[in-house]
Amino acid sequence: MPKRTDLHKILLIGSGPIVIGQACEFDYSGTQACKALAEEGCQIVLVNSNPATIMTDPEMAAHTYIEPITAEVIEKIIAIEKPDALLPTMGGQTALNVTVELAAGGVLEKYGVELIGASLEAIRKAEDRRLFRNAMDKIGLKVPHSGFCKNQEEANQLAEEIGFPLIIRPSFTMGGSGGSIAYNREEFEKAVVWGMESSPIQEVLIEQSILGWKEYELEVMRDQNDNVVVICSIENFDPMGVHTGDSITVAPAQTLSDKEYQVMRNAALAIMREIGVDTGGSNVQFAVNPDNGDLVVIEMNPRVSRSSALASKATGFPIAKIAAKLALGYTLDEIPNDITKETPASFEPMIDYVVTKIPRFAFEKFPGGDTTLGPQMKSVGEAMSIGRTFKESLQKGLRSLETGRFGLGNDGKEEKCANLEELIEKLRLPNADRIFYLQEALERGMSIDEIFEYTKIDRWFLHNIKEILDLGLKLEKLTIDTLPTALLRQAKEYGFSDKQLSYLLKVSEKELREHREGSDIRPVFKTVDTCAAEFEAHTPYYYSSYESEDEVRTSDKEKVMILGSGPNRIGQGIEFDYTCVHGSYALRELGYETIMVNSNPETVSTDYDTSDRLYFEPLTAEDVMAIIKKENPLGVIVQFGGQTPLKLALPLYNAGVPILGTSPDSIDIAENRERFKEIIDKLGLVQPDSDVSYSFEGAIKIAHRIGYPVLVRPSYVLGGRAMEIIYDDEKLATYMRSAIQVNPEHPVLIDKFVEDATEIDVDALCDGEDVFIGGIMEHIEQAGIHSGDSACALPPISIEEEVIVQIKEMTRQLALELKVVGPLNIQFAVSRGTIYVLEVNPRASRTLPFVSKATGVPLAKVAARLMVGKKLKDMNLSELEPGNYVAVKEAVLPFVKFPGTDIILGPEMRSTGEVMGIDTDFGWAFAKSQAAAGQPLPTKGSLFVSVNDHDKPLVADVVKHFVELGFTIVATTGKARYLNEHGLEAETVFKVKEGRPTVVDLLKDGKIDIIVNTPLGRASKFDELSIRREAIKRQIPIITTIAAAKAAATGIAAMRRGELQVKSIQEYHALAGRTSEDS
Amino acid sequence: MARLILEDGRIFAGEALGYRGTAQGEVVFNTSMCGYQEIMTDPSYHGQIVNMTYPLIGNYGVHSEDTESDRVRVSGFIVKEICSYPSSWRSGADLETYLIENRIVGLKGIDTRALTRHIRARGAMRGFISHDDASSVEELRAAVDKVPSLVGRDLVQEVTAREKYAWNRSGSGKRFQVAVLDYGVKYNILNCLSERDCELTVLPAGTGVEEIMALDPDGIFLSNGPGDPAAVTYAVANLKKLIGKKPIFGICLGHQLLCLALGARAYKLKFGHRGGNQPVLDKRSGRVEITSQNHGFAIEKSSLKETGLEITHLNLNDHTVEGVAHSELPVFSVQYHPEASPGPHDSRYLFDKFVDFMAN
Repeated sequence: MPKRTDLHKILLIGSGPIVIGQACEFDYSGTQACKALAEEGCQIVLVNSNPATIMTDPEMAAHTYIEPITAEVIEKIIAIEKPDALLPTMGGQTALNVTVELAAGGVLEKYGVELIGASLEAIRKAEDRRLFRNAMDKIGLKVPHSGFCKNQEEANQLAEEIGFPLIIRPSFTMGGSGGSIAYNREEFEKAVVWGMESSPIQEVLIEQSILGWKEYELEVMRDQNDNVVVICSIENFDPMGVHTGDSITVAPAQTLSDKEYQVMRNAALAIMREIGVDTGGSNVQFAVNPDNGDLVVIEMNPRVSRSSALASKATGFPIAKIAAKLALGYTLDEIPNDITKETPASFEPMIDYVVTKIPRFAFEKFPGGDTTLGPQMKSVGEAMSIGRTFKESLQKGLRSLETGRFGLGNDGKEEKCANLEELIEKLRLPNADRIFYLQEALERGMSIDEIFEYTKIDRWFLHNIKEILDLGLKLEKLTIDTLPTALLRQAKEYGFSDKQLSYLLKVSEKELREHREGSDIRPVFKTVDTCAAEFEAHTPYYYSSYESEDEVRTSDKEKVMILGSGPNRIGQGIEFDYTCVHGSYALRELGYETIMVNSNPETVSTDYDTSDRLYFEPLTAEDVMAIIKKENPLGVIVQFGGQTPLKLALPLYNAGVPILGTSPDSIDIAENRERFKEIIDKLGLVQPDSDVSYSFEGAIKIAHRIGYPVLVRPSYVLGGRAMEIIYDDEKLATYMRSAIQVNPEHPVLIDKFVEDATEIDVDALCDGEDVFIGGIMEHIEQAGIHSGDSACALPPISIEEEVIVQIKEMTRQLALELKVVGPLNIQFAVSRGTIYVLEVNPRASRTLPFVSKATGVPLAKVAARLMVGKKLKDMNLSELEPGNYVAVKEAVLPFVKFPGTDIILGPEMRSTGEVMGIDTDFGWAFAKSQAAAGQPLPTKGSLFVSVNDHDKPLVADVVKHFVELGFTIVATTGKARYLNEHGLEAETVFKVKEGRPTVVDLLKDGKIDIIVNTPLGRASKFDELSIRREAIKRQIPIITTIAAAKAAATGIAAMRRGELQVKSIQEYHALAGRTSEDS
Repeated sequence: MARLILEDGRIFAGEALGYRGTAQGEVVFNTSMCGYQEIMTDPSYHGQIVNMTYPLIGNYGVHSEDTESDRVRVSGFIVKEICSYPSSWRSGADLETYLIENRIVGLKGIDTRALTRHIRARGAMRGFISHDDASSVEELRAAVDKVPSLVGRDLVQEVTAREKYAWNRSGSGKRFQVAVLDYGVKYNILNCLSERDCELTVLPAGTGVEEIMALDPDGIFLSNGPGDPAAVTYAVANLKKLIGKKPIFGICLGHQLLCLALGARAYKLKFGHRGGNQPVLDKRSGRVEITSQNHGFAIEKSSLKETGLEITHLNLNDHTVEGVAHSELPVFSVQYHPEASPGPHDSRYLFDKFVDFMAN
């Protein structure tokens, strides 16, 4: 059936900020959808609040709204744009939920907007667990025994009926938010309360636990002709009980016979038809009883998902792109397979390799949070790897994670359990490092069956792991001279890295590599082709393996290699993928052949048509060097992918690889304290006093010399890891003990902390001769809060013109002195007339995409051009003049997933994503950013204030502003008295241990609408924690700095003055006098 | 060390797998990711060395209910990595033991993707597997030269039932009597028919028309089987006489023989279709079926003119003929395997169609 001719303008909803459970994969799917729809001549109207996405690039859609994804906002957009149809399946749960809201509210009907891809009925049937269960009954498929309840009583009754352990799943949440497992009545009651609070309709499903069953997923597509195909099967290494996003997973399914697989396939097809997903992709999850093969259906997502992104990368079949075309009315057989060109998309990919996905966690960022893995997703990113065997794939995956491990153990970094009991607990309770404990279990002589009893990890996986470890034991007994070549080859086939082998054979990595290459053992590159080589592949999408035949067709064109940013982690996320993608786009436009290397399956950079060639490989020196030897590029770009490629700059440079852009030496100057100090002194700039300490005593001495407060951190930093502001000797001592443990090889850096400073971020470009200031951002929160976690405004809102002029000049001086070629980011702190240089990063920053979106200048693209020798003077770039509009970036924090952890912001970055609010008025821009971040500001009600003594003098002003806005003020006794003294009326509430009602009681009763709570210090920590946790649960805005409270008041004032207005980013850019996005 | 030598001289060196010895046959590849046991026991693979493109084979072991005939039929078996510790709640033995018991010579540890690409580029060709380290390349070359080609050879007589037998699985009804001409039939075809209330009499391929008609069947089924259809002349001759007498349904070789009997021609494909993901368009409904396939020959499209046959199914990958139906008679056939095993179950409706023909 050919495409429909009645759909001209299509509204596409993105997934908003990156949060746990919803990451880059929806930028990947959204971008594919945009491209596919544009290819068909559709005009696209896009809504997404996340500026760090490729999909919100102004050229991806006709009208791009970087606005909060709420029904209210989207209705306004619909009223302006009057689209023919809405495609809700590309933006994760966020897009589906808001679509349901729009449909239920009659908005779609009112404006005549058709839902394409999935009907409201299909979405409801799949999402509402009750309807889903009925649908499964109807087609004769089993689901786990379960029931819904709206109160504890009903829940207890169900628990009685089904029996422990039980799974508690709140209705209508994403990423399993609020879900948990309960083994007994006590845990159960807590879990039910938490679950109901997490559910937007205060409802939970109590479900029979099928812990330990084998878990599978099928990615399925259907067209309007009722053709259904399975794109990929996925088997979870971690059995049921661990959220699939937190599980190690492999594709294709490994331990199903054809008979068993076909039963599952038939079930998936029946589910697609019964749920009624007319066109597009869905994901169906199954569990299989390992004792008898019983099959139950877990759930179905009627949209593209994290797993569909993984499946696309695993097979080469672009699910989102095809889904978008199916939504327009095409059938699968009418769409060609891009990779083979000759064959159609109506087939099922066959792969001849093993794909392993391994999640990456960030528990170290959330002390106090529960580190056990369960039904609620906790990982912040993932790496994917491809190998010809599971063993190779697994080891490549583990080193792709970049957690300091270079495979499955055998690297001297094993942490041993104190005793057998502890080990058994580590095996029994799923945790981030469980795979490494398997090694210890085997070493202690546990049998496969015994390990299976504890972990329920399929014996097939366990046997494979044993084979890896057995080979490690064999190698350990040898030296490089006694090592037979065949054994070395086998080790490489098993995925051992040179790093592991050098450890086992007790030689340096360099010696090992030379010996290996001397023995003619080198990787070859194979193609991901959707068809197991049955047809010729036209798309150069490669992975390495130790096999005999290499398939890479190199060319004579000038090639540039871009190193990606690997798995998402806190501090290094989608922003860096965005820059890598832009780098590739810009260089392709200039006629270079681009080569992308990355290991993150969620991303646009690993889409096979982003670059001329894609290598899906770990970002280690060994793996990258192998590709460089194959491709011999003109140069490598290490400035776009964050710390991951930057860390490779020196090893690559030393190996003679040309590094494009800023030289590795300049990068070193910026990272090396002493060398950088020289530059600062030479330019006559000011830095906070600082020193380096290698010992405990040294640190105390330094702190005394430069004076408290001090900012301390280990010398190698990513996203402010292990960074802290310290006010006294005692805390410093505690820190030194833990920090030194964290990283014994590197010293600790101690900086004078500049108090009450305004922090300024500058993104600029330099070609060695000229400097272009891309954007100057004023942080809302004061210096000391990690720039990734603080909100910021562009252009600045309160900094004097004079200071800005000085900052621009300093930026110029630093860029030229460091001989930067490409992007650089500088952080300044302005305090009492002094401008301090805090940090210079001669690489793409986290804020680069935000600045590009706000100003309309594609900074990453320009940076890439500079790196290959283009000059700024030949480009017609202009800075964004203040006065047109303001963009506010706000960070999004994952505290809701880690209920035990404190939410105070500090120098350690903890946010997972960001949103942008843009408006001609700062107040509105800020209010929009808060709404987009999921914490909409109230326009009336009551404010609870609790601030520390330090902030006391400032609080009266803020409170006054809230009073003027009509808010009633609530405070604890002391603060209330203080406010009264300043002529401000405040109701008194008890502290948690003083009596009732406490502030927590008021929160629970819904009597508090907004909280300003700056950290009070140790004494009242208990109080604060319970207040903050309660607020997080109830999504009550909680503001932890006075500066942000001021901004919130300004936002609320704007909201009270008038109605929210929406405008596309293209219109804003026109306001700034930009004619087209590109320069 | 064990080696595979191809007729064009390319050698793949790996390790010995299965029974120690030599194997010879036409080297083909199959892209199915599971279902290796069904593939190995499919009589259509008689005379062929099968290279599995999925690199990990044997993961879930072998099971008596996963066989498609009474023994392993491939002439040789090639895998990247074999699993010696299968995992399945119903697992019996491991695959290598099964290969040894069935005296199947194999090869493991080679770059199976390189072999697949070689066959894709040069076509399916004769090959010889040797486990003998001492053999010189010249000796291997001499051995592969002696491997007979499939073309022009009647392989059916090597796999067909020696004597007729009844196939009635418990629980099946007895509404229809079906005569199954066994050119190398797969069990699951018999199961699919039994499940639809057919009582089956499986007959040797050479069974005469009189004997067939003496059974007074409601329908005649033409099975799959190995090799070159043009070489099975007696079957074609018989079919010419049977067409028009009873409803006929043919699968794979049965389809080719039916077409030949009506005057069409078959030709050898470069490397055939073997796997469980082949898209086939049902021209009548416009719908696409994902099919299981295993064939090295196909019916020439142009030769179907004036045979009374219409093309009902087309392969969407290479547009070859996948199914035909007679414009007047209740006679139809498909090149692919609606019984699957291994593969998707999208095409089971064809068995229903056959039953419908018999019912009317």
